[in-house]
Amino acid sequence: MDALRLDGNAAAGLLREVFATEVTAATGTCDGCRAVEAVGAVHVYRAAGTVLRCPHCDAILMKVVTDGARFWIDVRGLRTLELTP
Amino acid sequence: MRPETDRVKTLVLQAPSWPGHRAGQHVDVRLTADDGYQAQRSYSIASAPNGSTVELTVERIDDGEVSPYLTEEAQPGDRVELRGPVGGYFVWSLEPSGAVLLVGGGSGVVPLMAMIRQRAADGDDVPTRLLYSARSIDDVIYRAELEQLAGRGDGFDVVYTLTREQPSEWTGYSRRVDRELLAAIAPDELALTFVCGPTPFVETVAEALVELGHEPSRIKTERFGPTGG
Repeated sequence: MDALRLDGNAAAGLLREVFATEVTAATGTCDGCRAVEAVGAVHVYRAAGTVLRCPHCDAILMKVVTDGARFWIDVRGLRTLELTP
Repeated sequence: MRPETDRVKTLVLQAPSWPGHRAGQHVDVRLTADDGYQAQRSYSIASAPNGSTVELTVERIDDGEVSPYLTEEAQPGDRVELRGPVGGYFVWSLEPSGAVLLVGGGSGVVPLMAMIRQRAADGDDVPTRLLYSARSIDDVIYRAELEQLAGRGDGFDVVYTLTREQPSEWTGYSRRVDRELLAAIAPDELALTFVCGPTPFVETVAEALVELGHEPSRIKTERFGPTGG
């Protein structure tokens, strides 16, 4: 068990800035294992950036890095994101 | 500013342009020092939606950057910057039928308290049980209010487990939450569970509930980490 692991709720504020809407209740599909989960339920790790990982296969779903003004967003691991703005 | 325990205080904030919130949501608090240095932390909202008043219950983390200020130095009238409310996953919602179990570890009880307060304010009578794990009776936040709400006879009750220290007359649980404890206290017809606390606590509880046959999609979790504060 990794005590540094958080979940998508911890990224809610950051993701709201990126998407300009509430995203933690949205559901994402992992490109690795095709599992479907609410963003609030995925694993989150924070270091220099924020990394979202699939809670089923641990693949990286999304990486977000910000310097406060700009955002760099990598969503290669996310097959789809279904949200209701 | 309301003391809750030795380490925990509730801050009552007036946010004139507050758009309202849902129980379980949190808010990002940003502090800016005179030299422009900024520190930001996320805190669960403790209060049920109530106009422009927002209550945050903050535990002091001794080597933290933000919580020592909020709990020790902040004075009535001080201004802090809020961003939020945020979060749409770990929020109070009722299933068409069935009971709700809330499981809180330490200050993980805070967003659950917002749900309990909202439930009471709405006059809901859906069976709701709070399982609250604290180190000692003195570490229990909101104890008097929880007792009062549990005494209303509207389907809400509280089960405590005190993991480190128990009063001499204690008859409740006195161990960490495990599968046997959950099996003993989980309501019949359990429809939805909210679990909030430190990461190891949340994962232990969620895994045990799944082992007991509860549907993973009906277990909503919110972890908080050991760092920050």
